[in-house]
Amino acid sequence: MTVDGVLDVVAGVCLVLGAFLSLVAGIGILHFKDLLARMHAATKPQVLGLLLMLVGLGIRLESWGVAGLLLLVICFQMLTAPVAAHMVGRAGYRTGKVQSEHLAFDELTDASDNRDEPGPSSPRT
Amino acid sequence: MIYAVILAAAFLAGAAILALVRAEKGPSMLDRTVAFDVFTTTLVAGVALEAAWSRRTDTLVLLVVLSLVGFVGSVTISRFAAVEPEDAARVRTREEVEEERRAERAAEEAAVRAEQERREALRAEGVEAAVRAAEKEAAEKAATAGVEPDGDLAEPDRGADAEAEPEIDAAETLAEPTRAGEPTTDETEARP
Repeated sequence: MTVDGVLDVVAGVCLVLGAFLSLVAGIGILHFKDLLARMHAATKPQVLGLLLMLVGLGIRLESWGVAGLLLLVICFQMLTAPVAAHMVGRAGYRTGKVQSEHLAFDELTDASDNRDEPGPSSPRT
Repeated sequence: MIYAVILAAAFLAGAAILALVRAEKGPSMLDRTVAFDVFTTTLVAGVALEAAWSRRTDTLVLLVVLSLVGFVGSVTISRFAAVEPEDAARVRTREEVEEERRAERAAEEAAVRAEQERREALRAEGVEAAVRAAEKEAAEKAATAGVEPDGDLAEPDRGADAEAEPEIDAAETLAEPTRAGEPTTDETEARP
């Protein structure tokens, strides 16, 4: 097996794994009942899935200039995905999409509101 | 390689379809936003897969643009997310939309009809009040008339009158019936 063949196999495995993570995210957001659970599922292809796809693409293209562009995409995605998830989660909490009895730990509410004993890292009022 | 690409394309197609189903069902706007995020990421992965298959580099800009668009979209939507009404949870059927429109139109027509009836009544009342005011004026010149002939029509003009001549407070009771009578006659003349 030549070097090209090995690289192709590696790239193919990366592409399939990344696409599989996308499929997992699709199943997850359809199956889960809660906004936060859906967000958890949706995170899978956003970072690791995209990383695997772009690594596969970079291996397949075999060019360092393209690798820089792909690195840019990955860095950008890693910077923006937490911001977007934070905004969505905060908006969901504020518009009442998050039931606090499903949460093990709720740092956004006052400690006296829904828990008897404040946790170790909760803000003390 | 061809099998890997076909398998990955099938996975991506499944993911995109599932995300679209969630975007259609999603009970709230934020669920749709999350589904849209997944769809955008799947689209990015699809473009990357195609570029990997045909070894082309000219579509790589699309990756940057698509991830940017997905970020801006979800941040904007969640920034302006508000508590939604109950019936916004699902897409309405065509019949429901049609029915709502019909109800709106009926309400509008009813409002227009009520307005017309009110105008008719006011006009009739205005004529009657003018007659009554004329009778009253003929009957009594003294300042004993405490009853206004009609409150509705005379009101704005009386306000203007009071602004124009604020000094004659003492003569107000005396001037009351004539001043109330004037605008109603004006009103009846103005309207054919």
